[in-house]
Amino acid sequence: MVQGKTYSSKIFDISLIILLCLIAFFCVLPLWYTLAVSLSEKAAATAGEVRLWPVGFNMHSYKQIVGDMKFFHSFLISVERVSLAAIVNFVIIVSMAYPLSKSTKEFRIRNVLMWILVFAMLFNGGLIPWYMTIKSLNLIDSIWALVLGGGLPVFNVILVINYFRNLPKEMEEAALVDGVGPWNMMIKMFIPLSVPVLATISLFTIVYHWNEFFNGLVLTSKGDHYPLQTYIQQLVVVINTQTMTEDQLKTLNEMSNQTLNAAKIFIAMIPVLAIYPFLQRFFIHGITLGSVKE
Amino acid sequence: MRNRAFVKHYYLMLIPGFAWLILFSIVPMFGIVIAFEDFNPTRGFFRSEWIGLDNFEYLFLMNDSKTIFINTIVIAVGKIVSNLIVPLTFALLLNELRVTVLKRWIQTIVYMPHFLSWVILSGILLDVFSHNGPVNGVLAIFGINPIIFFAKPGLFPFLIIGSDTWKEFGFNTIIYLAALAGINPALYEAAAIDGAGRFKRLVHVTLPGISTTIVLLAVLSLGNVLNAGFDQIFNLYNPIVYSTGDVIDTWVYRTGLLNLQYGLATAAGLLKSVISFVLIVVSYTLASKFANYRIF
Repeated sequence: MVQGKTYSSKIFDISLIILLCLIAFFCVLPLWYTLAVSLSEKAAATAGEVRLWPVGFNMHSYKQIVGDMKFFHSFLISVERVSLAAIVNFVIIVSMAYPLSKSTKEFRIRNVLMWILVFAMLFNGGLIPWYMTIKSLNLIDSIWALVLGGGLPVFNVILVINYFRNLPKEMEEAALVDGVGPWNMMIKMFIPLSVPVLATISLFTIVYHWNEFFNGLVLTSKGDHYPLQTYIQQLVVVINTQTMTEDQLKTLNEMSNQTLNAAKIFIAMIPVLAIYPFLQRFFIHGITLGSVKE
Repeated sequence: MRNRAFVKHYYLMLIPGFAWLILFSIVPMFGIVIAFEDFNPTRGFFRSEWIGLDNFEYLFLMNDSKTIFINTIVIAVGKIVSNLIVPLTFALLLNELRVTVLKRWIQTIVYMPHFLSWVILSGILLDVFSHNGPVNGVLAIFGINPIIFFAKPGLFPFLIIGSDTWKEFGFNTIIYLAALAGINPALYEAAAIDGAGRFKRLVHVTLPGISTTIVLLAVLSLGNVLNAGFDQIFNLYNPIVYSTGDVIDTWVYRTGLLNLQYGLATAAGLLKSVISFVLIVVSYTLASKFANYRIF
């Protein structure tokens, strides 16, 4: 490091840069390919002629999507689901993490409640009992089944608890002397001081609810209640899961409208891809703080 | 103490969260009684016929059980190993990179697949690996005939493990990079003065510096031995590859929700939950003993 650069060390540096860029390139490549297919001519895509650039560039599939009511409807359901989930999760997680971040001296049954939480995180009744419970709550086809059905995200609660516990005690003591009550303490002191972890859990919530397809599949009875990912799953993946022979797989692949599907996939990626880079410094901070401690 | 009076407010704050937890996590736990019943949805949990361990007995006698169990373990363990080694290697490489701007860019790009759903990625992968997709296009250059990748039982576990590693390796480097950043730079300088080259510094400074993290992640991943990854396999498999690709979770879904054999599916799910729970408790205990790890 301190010594002058030798010839072999320079070679190493350059090949390292090339290797790392190549790896990064392979992370984007499939997504880039999808964009290229979506902008290609249908016949060229079906024939498998598209590689890195669109063949016969056109915006036809995107124009087709604009008039696609089913796609639009699913998109709106996903937006509604994500918005509700972001609010509900934020409010509930913070108001749960704040009391549980207190010491046992201050809040005696804190540890008991923590063990209940951890148990609920590690053990579950499995798919069928979960499904039957939601069914008996009459939540099938309700947006709340999608928002709440996954259960309390205990891991996120624990992330926030750990963050709260690491905040300097002196500030809280000073506020106590000034007569600040518990609600104001949580809302006006703890929330503003915990932006990194709250941004992290909000990102996790948004990404989870945007990407989740399975609850959308089993907790809705009709196709027009599908969130976007379930809609796409039905369109792109399901035909694959029902094939019995290699030839069937081949024909189905040729029959599907590849350019249109690629365009839908691409649009479904955009919201998530648009937010995560801006929250990067938060989630790196949030994860390393919350998961591996001293 | 003044905050004695706060406790009742603390209970108030906890009500919505615990209501959520009870309704959607605790209540379903009692639903495991279905595993011991000949469950009939119209009669409910409490009035269905009790048949004891019949469902479990059937599971153990069933022909497919062994295949499904082995598939699950092969895929899950493959993922665990791959998801420990690949991110570690990548983090070590990235750590050698001195150009900070480039480092930032590469990090942002490799995190990307983590944020995409398996529905999206499966849609893409099925296309990329289809018989006239780009992968076969590249193989054709070398004179290899098109392979229908997702119709080859022998290839399926590798495709699953490989694509999962591709999706997650970037995100999994975060913890390693944090551990690498925690190594005292003075150690590197001392090693350099002693004449240690890049490789020697890696072996004698870097690896010992992050060994606790590596062991910790390895131990904690023990709890995933039965988690082959439902979302991914569900979206990529098809009946042709059931022999190597059908896992506990996909079987439970088909048996329970498609074939409506509730008792059987619940029994299989319960076995998985119990084994996983024991493994996680063991792994947490080990982690807290050897790496002083605590969840809260």
